[in-house]
Amino acid sequence: MSFSADLGSSPIVTITGCVIVAIRDDLDDSAVMTLQNQLVDEIARKNAHGVIIDISALEIVDTFTGRMLAAMAEMSKVLNARTILVGMRPAVAMTLVELGMTLSEIETALNADKAMMMISAERDRARRE
Amino acid sequence: MNDETWTISLRKPADVAHARKIAMQALDAAGASAIVKTRFVTAVSEIARNAIVHASSGVMVIGMGRLNGNRSIIARCEDRGPGIVDTNAALKDGFSTGRGMGLGLGGSKRLVDRFELETRVGEGTTVVLETRLR
Repeated sequence: MSFSADLGSSPIVTITGCVIVAIRDDLDDSAVMTLQNQLVDEIARKNAHGVIIDISALEIVDTFTGRMLAAMAEMSKVLNARTILVGMRPAVAMTLVELGMTLSEIETALNADKAMMMISAERDRARRE
Repeated sequence: MNDETWTISLRKPADVAHARKIAMQALDAAGASAIVKTRFVTAVSEIARNAIVHASSGVMVIGMGRLNGNRSIIARCEDRGPGIVDTNAALKDGFSTGRGMGLGLGGSKRLVDRFELETRVGEGTTVVLETRLR
C-alpha cells in the first residue's frame, strides 16, 4: 500500500469496486484539493461504481469543504459512481444548515456499513437487469 | 480568568486551518460544548478565508471575553483589503464577488452571538465574532 508524500493525507481504499475515503481531521484547503484529485484518479483506475466518504473525524465543515464534498460527488457521478457521505456529526449538520449549505445534492447514510449495503444492492440490481 | 490572546497571521490557505486550530484549542480549554465549538470555529474559518481571498492577507486575534455577564470567546479579523462597498448586499446569502457561493459572511453572522462588520472602501475590513460559552 502506498501513501502520498503529504504526511497528513487521508487514506483511500477500494473494496469490491467501492472507493472508501476517511477524511482526517481538519484538512487545509490544499489537502482538500489533493484529496479530490486522488479520489477521482482512484475511481477511474479501479473502475469503481461507488464512493463512500466518511467525515466522522471532521468537527468543522465550512463552505469551502462543503463545496469540495459536493464537487467530489458530482465528479464521481460523471464517472458513473454513486457517492454516499457518512458519519456527519450532529453539530456539523446543524452548522451547515445555518450556513445555508444543505448539501441536498449529496446522498447520506448513517455509517459506512449502511452505505456499502446501499451501493452493493444497486450494483446487484443493475447486474440482473 | 484567562486573558491570554493568540495572534494569527493570515497569508496562505494553510493559515485558515491554523486559525481554526487555535480557536478550537481555546474553546476546548474553556470547556465549550461541541455545538458551540463547531459553530464558532466554522465562522472563524469563513472570515479568515475571506481576508486571504479578498484582501490577500490579514491578522486574526483570538481571546476570551465577557458577553452579557457570560464568559465568551472573541475573534477579531482585520485586513487592509479593498473594503466592502455594499455591506448589506455582502451579508445576503448568494452574494459573491469571488467564486464562492456567497454564504460565508451572512452565514458566519448566523453562527455567532455577536457579529460586527466595519469596513472602509480602499482601507480595509474588520470583522468581530463573539460567542458565549454556555
